[in-house]
Amino acid sequence: MFVAWRELWFARGRFGLLVGVVLLITVLVGLLSGLTAGLAGRNTSAVVGLGGDHVVFSGVDGVFGGTGLDEGVARAWAGTAGVERAERLGVSLGRAEAGGRSAGVAVFAVPSGSALRGVEPGQVVVSAGAADELGVKDGQRVTIGDVESTARLSTSDEYFSHAPVVWTHLPADARFSVLILSTSDCDIAKADAAIGTSTESTSDAVDRIGSFAAENGSLVLMRGFLFAISALVVGAFFTVWTIQRSGDIAVLKALGASTGYLLRDALGQAAVLLLIGTALGTGLAATIGAALGDAVPFVLDLATLLVPAAVLVGLGLVGAALAIRRVTAVDPLTALGSAR
Amino acid sequence: MSLILRSVTLTYPDGDRRLTALDAVDLHVPAGTVTAVVGPSGSGKSSLLAVAATLVRPDSGEVLVGETPVHGMDRRALAALRRRSIGIVFQQPNLLPALTAAEQLRVMAHLDGRRGTADLLAEVGMAELAHRRPHQLSGGQRQRVNIARALVNRPRVLLVDEPTSALDHARGAAIVDLITSTTRAHGVATVLVTHDRAHLAGVDQVVDLVDGRVRSR
Ligand SMILES: Nc1ncnc2c1ncn2[C@@H]1O[C@H](COP(=O)(O)OP(=O)(O)OP(=O)(O)O)[C@@H](O)[C@H]1O
Ligand SMILES: [Mg+2]
Repeated sequence: MFVAWRELWFARGRFGLLVGVVLLITVLVGLLSGLTAGLAGRNTSAVVGLGGDHVVFSGVDGVFGGTGLDEGVARAWAGTAGVERAERLGVSLGRAEAGGRSAGVAVFAVPSGSALRGVEPGQVVVSAGAADELGVKDGQRVTIGDVESTARLSTSDEYFSHAPVVWTHLPADARFSVLILSTSDCDIAKADAAIGTSTESTSDAVDRIGSFAAENGSLVLMRGFLFAISALVVGAFFTVWTIQRSGDIAVLKALGASTGYLLRDALGQAAVLLLIGTALGTGLAATIGAALGDAVPFVLDLATLLVPAAVLVGLGLVGAALAIRRVTAVDPLTALGSAR
Repeated sequence: MSLILRSVTLTYPDGDRRLTALDAVDLHVPAGTVTAVVGPSGSGKSSLLAVAATLVRPDSGEVLVGETPVHGMDRRALAALRRRSIGIVFQQPNLLPALTAAEQLRVMAHLDGRRGTADLLAEVGMAELAHRRPHQLSGGQRQRVNIARALVNRPRVLLVDEPTSALDHARGAAIVDLITSTTRAHGVATVLVTHDRAHLAGVDQVVDLVDGRVRSR
């Protein structure tokens, strides 16, 4: 990298511009990733936190919510080979009121003795987010729909479809929305066919939360576009840069530089720029994310910061490599004579 | 350690025929001597230099750089030969804009995986200006750095293409003198292409090139 380092310093204005672009794209990608993860948490954390490995829906277009399943289905699944537990869960969105304040909540109803959550009749377990919005204390009365119950505060913070969760009691013979399965070595497809249900793994089941599928899809698409834009910008920059210095490359080749040496030099240069740009951008995104605090749902962790940064560096290097390839085509003969 | 061209013929594609740029050229440049190549425009001077520099393969004939036949070497081997055994002084100084004068020399060793020095700058009278970049040097100063760069890896052959074309007469003469004296000091076999017959006084051999053929005198 003898020549590459010196070029970086000599043309620092031009390279600075590229670093700036990479930095800004990295900030955008970092913020978007944190936000995507944060919003996903607000949509799915309650479902993911249920602990089972599969979710049974009433049919192929069954969703969380509704009362599509009954006692018979629950028993059929509980009696299926390989099913360790089949827990009933009623899901609905509603409003909760307490002491004059009200909030939109996701109501998760479970029967007595459920492994998902212990809720007694006449009781409502209020998750931290819901307690916060309602301002309720332990033992206070909470009205959900037209049923009044006694609040028991929970320390867990669960969200479903952007609403904080409250847990209520599901009467023994009531219909419900989904079954949460814990299985080992179970022929799910066969049981589905026999019972007439549609079962998905928990990670696929979250796609049936309408707000999650729509939101997550567009955020992931945006991030994909940013990745592509970044690779294209880096590729375009190095295309122009390589053409600009093709005279120097011809001279170096005539002086005896091997093509491998020149490719390593140029790719090393691209790597240095990408690493500086993404490192600064990631730092800035982390700072902004931390400053946002609780104002927006934002997840600040290795997966949301370092993974996109690594993808940006990787794709940038691919873009640069495609551009730098033209180093091989430069004819050292053009260094001779006055035709430069 | 000399440079030898034996019956070198080089043609370029020219429409549906081929243009003969070099026609059975023989040339022997002993170590420590300067051979000047003169001739009208288009007579094949640059082509001769390009063949000697291993930048183009001749259609037929043989090139020996310090007794090593170039024929049959692959691109890697040719690049290594250029690094170690051939020094080129370009018509335009062709220095790298990002590098200081000293670094123009040190990069030559670096290309070969070694640590280099810029001691030779003193020999061409450029030690004081070692830290300057090309845009901070005059044409003559650049050409001096160019010559020092060509010699830094101790080549056996020095190929010089119209080194004075960008300089006035006095500076041009000084550059030719420098090439002659370094040729003797380093014992290299030097080919000097020039169109300026006034520069021929100090050289050991003059070769006239006309239509790709050598006319010795
Ligand atoms: N790459 C090329 N393709 C086709 N023809 C070429 C090429 N390079 C040179 N020629 C032709 O070969 C002949 C010799 O060219 P060359 O450049 O060697 O001449 P020269 O003696 O160096 O001329 P000048 O003094 O003008 O530099 C010319 O007729 C030229 O047009
Ligand atoms: Mg020429």
